[in-house]
Amino acid sequence: MSTDEPRISLLGTSALLFDTPGPTELDTQRRIWALAEEVGQWPEIREAVPGMNNVMLSFKRPPSSLGSIEARLLSAWASASTLKLEGRLIELPVIYGGEGGPHVADVVAHTGLSLDDIAEIHSAPIYQVYALGSHPGYCYLGGMDQRIATPRRKTPTLRIPGGAVSIGGGQTGVSASPGPSGWNTIGSTEMRFFDPASDPPALLRPGDSIRFRIAAVIR
Amino acid sequence: MIEVISTGGLATIQDLGRRGALKWGVGTSGAMDDLAVAAGNILLGNPDDAAAIEVQIFPFRIRFQDDTTFAVTGADCDGMLDDLPVLPWCVHRASAGQVLHLGLPRRDGWAAGRAYLCVAGGVDVPSVLGSRSTQLRGEFGGLEGRALRAGDKVATGPFHEAGARVGFNPPALAMPLMVDGLPAVRVLRAAEYEAYTPQAQASLWNEPWRISPQSDRYGFRLEGTPLMPKVPLELRSHGIVPGVIQVPHGGQPIVQMRDAQPSGGYPKIGTVIEADLWRLGQTPIGSRIRFVEVTWDEAVAAQDANDRWLAEARRLVGLFRARRGGQ
Repeated sequence: MSTDEPRISLLGTSALLFDTPGPTELDTQRRIWALAEEVGQWPEIREAVPGMNNVMLSFKRPPSSLGSIEARLLSAWASASTLKLEGRLIELPVIYGGEGGPHVADVVAHTGLSLDDIAEIHSAPIYQVYALGSHPGYCYLGGMDQRIATPRRKTPTLRIPGGAVSIGGGQTGVSASPGPSGWNTIGSTEMRFFDPASDPPALLRPGDSIRFRIAAVIR
Repeated sequence: MIEVISTGGLATIQDLGRRGALKWGVGTSGAMDDLAVAAGNILLGNPDDAAAIEVQIFPFRIRFQDDTTFAVTGADCDGMLDDLPVLPWCVHRASAGQVLHLGLPRRDGWAAGRAYLCVAGGVDVPSVLGSRSTQLRGEFGGLEGRALRAGDKVATGPFHEAGARVGFNPPALAMPLMVDGLPAVRVLRAAEYEAYTPQAQASLWNEPWRISPQSDRYGFRLEGTPLMPKVPLELRSHGIVPGVIQVPHGGQPIVQMRDAQPSGGYPKIGTVIEADLWRLGQTPIGSRIRFVEVTWDEAVAAQDANDRWLAEARRLVGLFRARRGGQ
């Protein structure tokens, strides 16, 4: 199999992973959304969940044979269009630095940029929600300026609060609830991303976008 | 109503899990030993989606506030209802005010780490996003999205006379799986299997893996010969399921368990099949397990065997009730 071909692999008997090669970019991700939407309608599929350049299909019951589902998946990918979801733009005021940004010093040290520069660069783009995962309401975002990319921490932090704005490698994100994280937290926001009593419970979905606005920079 | 008198912590309300909420970033949760909860519900005549209390630190004591029937499945914890012994995997009747005590799991019959207190009508907490299971990270489901504490009062479903004092052999005795004297679980290869060295692949299948004390409902951290890839791997975030065996850079694998996140980025060398997750979930901390490679067909057959065991349990309980005059 050539490395340009999508790869299908097993996640035990409960799911399949369909993974595409190539860079993480919006056009590919739009095809991923289209694929997930189509495959999610198949009767044997419980959920089709987009990841970054990939889709996980969870089964209602393990199919007795895998061959046919793999063939149909490849054919659906070949004809998947670039689905443009009608997303919303959510603005998030962020306090950069201070108590809510305990790892600012590490990002400053790694990038050689000042906190003001980091806040400026981080809040400039409009970030696309590529996928949800990790924990309830959490969004994987695309579009971070790679000048502020900073490797994940050697030892994960045991608990970062909900609303923590952080950088992990070339990605950025906002935690939706308190929990452990290996990313570098540079700021905080007060938005509530998940409410199990709402329908849908998650504030954002793939195709939506986020703009960070500088509420304050605390040195 | 049940009143929690004392708990060592980490006791949570669980059913068979929350399906269909992955798209919002919500993992499945659910009982670590799903067969034990399913069997408890069959014994008590409960609906399949009724919830139970999963206990993993002992002793654990509760007081029944009403007359009811109950069953303790999973581990054999030398249960006592006031001063009467409680056989595991059997229906018992409790009167209002009686105290149930669960002690340390025994190791002489079958080794298991978790007990399930199942009650007639099920533990009555609201179903959130399709399940009563506690979602610890999201802080919802179960009782206020948290582990139970002493003094908690937990509602139980409407009492119905399940009557028949029936019981059966636990699946650990009915369907044992051992390799070289150690409990075993069956594994399908995952996406990055081929990226590991032949030595790593051999270690995975041929060596024992110890379940470290840093293991919980999120994941079982294993200790053994480190599993090293041929070259370092960097992956993008993708969906994962309970059972996935991830290998962080140090080479010590982590098996994702029922509270697993719905996505991850570590390389995956294999996945413990869904049909055997109850076996792993019951393996006591500190003990060792073996992995056995299976094909897709063998994994599907294993699921069928679990289903057959449950169907037979249901048939026996139904038969017993019918003979007792419809109790």
